[in-house]
Amino acid sequence: MRAWHFSENAYPYLPPADEYESIRVSLPNRIYDPEKGAALYDRFLDEWLIAEDEGMEIMLNEHHQTATCVDPAAPLVLAALARLSKKARLLILGNPISNRRQPVRVAEEMAMVDVLSRGRLEAGFVRGVPYEVLPANSNPVRMNERQWEALDLIVKAWTSHDGPFSHEGRFFHYRAVNIWPRPYQLPHPPIWISTTSPSGAARVGARGYIQATFLTGFDGTRAIYDAYRRGWREAGRGNDVPVDRLAYSALVYAAPNEADARAGAEKLLWYVTSNKVPPHFANPPGYVPVQANVAMLRGAEHPLSAFRRAATVEGAIEAGIMFAGTPDQVHRQMKRLYDHVGGFGHLLIMGQAGFLEHDETVLGIKTFAREVYPRARAEFPDTAISGVG
Amino acid sequence: MPREMVAIAGVELELFEDGAGPPLLFVHGAQGFVPEQPYVRMLSAGRRLIAPSHPGFGRSSLPDWIDTVDDIAYIYLELLDRLDVRQLDVVGCSIGGWIAAELATKAPSAVRRLVLSGPVGVKTGPIDRLDIPDIFATPQSDMERLLFHDPERMRMDPANLTDEQLAISVRNRETLALLAWEPYMHNPKLRHRLHRVSAPTLFLRGASDGLVSAEYLAAYARLLPNARIDTIAAAGHAPQVEQPEAFARTALGFLDAGAMS
Repeated sequence: MRAWHFSENAYPYLPPADEYESIRVSLPNRIYDPEKGAALYDRFLDEWLIAEDEGMEIMLNEHHQTATCVDPAAPLVLAALARLSKKARLLILGNPISNRRQPVRVAEEMAMVDVLSRGRLEAGFVRGVPYEVLPANSNPVRMNERQWEALDLIVKAWTSHDGPFSHEGRFFHYRAVNIWPRPYQLPHPPIWISTTSPSGAARVGARGYIQATFLTGFDGTRAIYDAYRRGWREAGRGNDVPVDRLAYSALVYAAPNEADARAGAEKLLWYVTSNKVPPHFANPPGYVPVQANVAMLRGAEHPLSAFRRAATVEGAIEAGIMFAGTPDQVHRQMKRLYDHVGGFGHLLIMGQAGFLEHDETVLGIKTFAREVYPRARAEFPDTAISGVG
Repeated sequence: MPREMVAIAGVELELFEDGAGPPLLFVHGAQGFVPEQPYVRMLSAGRRLIAPSHPGFGRSSLPDWIDTVDDIAYIYLELLDRLDVRQLDVVGCSIGGWIAAELATKAPSAVRRLVLSGPVGVKTGPIDRLDIPDIFATPQSDMERLLFHDPERMRMDPANLTDEQLAISVRNRETLALLAWEPYMHNPKLRHRLHRVSAPTLFLRGASDGLVSAEYLAAYARLLPNARIDTIAAAGHAPQVEQPEAFARTALGFLDAGAMS
């Protein structure tokens, strides 16, 4: 198993939540102090490098117009990390290609980072969460179709080396694609795709890309991995799906004693509890299928929304979205989820959120890296085959 | 109610036809076409009422190549050919007004007289202000006030709808986003084509319409060579629903004033 330190670059210095409508999209940026923001960027970059020193890999992501993640141009931070880090794999998860108008530009950015880092890029692609469509003015209808056309075009741009090719698709049009530089890795950097529902996972499995899923807990994750394994097998990729094709992201905090672990875990909950977003931003038309919207109009609620209203450390651990405690406890919690979902090869560690201070974040990183990670690597080898039962 | 599915240019179109007399095309708004609403029989009294559900609305299919109002206008030109209607009156509401305006620029001689009720489709105001409030970024409670003169009376309760009706209403909204997301609620080309609309045109507006302002409507009407404006009292963005009698009387009054000999 590989562990990745993931930090959202959050800006937590906000007025009380009842004084604003939404932490995303419409929160005025006068609240953001660039002086404090600069210190936070320094700090978060330092924490990634500490994670690298401790033997972990590096992961970052991208969101827009939000205090939860002040990283609206993740390839810029990725480029900085490519020069600052030395050995860690660099995962961006990911490029919101349903919302980027120029897929070839994304291919160029990723190729550049791959060369800068001498082949350490892991290139992730996401459809983007619903609140991203307004900042991008991106149509929420047919996002999946745009994502797949963009991805295929990016892969072709990475792997075509004999001069320009043309692309006249449904959503994107180019007459002469011929990127410089080309990627460092051959045939191209590893590709990751994230999802929180099974519907897209079968298609990801059919391609053999790495499937990541965020905070989907026991049954949600298992359904997504099952769909991935089904897609993999139906595409004729063989019966065995290696665990290194599957990734899970959880809130993770390990500390030598329970009191410190508890305090850190409480602070990590900010990631879930701070996400105040009204329905008109959280559910634009077309983002979820018609039947899912009908169910919501009949009163159904997204599991994560229900959790947010009464978020507790115990509840988060129970739901499988948090691993927190002493090293033994964290290992047990991980193993419980690992066994339930049929195994995964990558743990994407949401290791910083809100007011979790630098020293606390570093304690979590070091405790995990030194006390949990070696056992996880021994017990959950990269060569394992995924599957339940 | 007489509804059937017809295949038009690759779209399975849900088509309502009722009544006899001079043909009248009704082009519905974002809420979709509901034949049970009272204004429908008022419009079909003495008229052959033709009311398709737009692609992606009601039970009409939505081929993946369709993503603009322009596409729908062409589908309806094909529908008129199929029905062998050479010329007719057209009433369009809200986004249906936009479709009707596009249609009239493409085939001016097909439209005898035109009523546009709370139409969108053009950009008339400054670059840094939306002409139409952003319905996709407005809380539901505010939307009710923008849409209706009397929100209490008009409020939709999902509990009173069947699953199919609810699914249709969700899908209607999805298709609306597909068509009107960007450029928001308009086609930048349309204003430069409206000079072609030769039909006498009535712009209608509910006096309490919070989406289409009087200023917007006046600027829109000025783009057509032969347009005038009327207002329906005690109605919002959907006067045909909130004040069906006044809506039908005003629209038909305008259309009948130029009665075919």
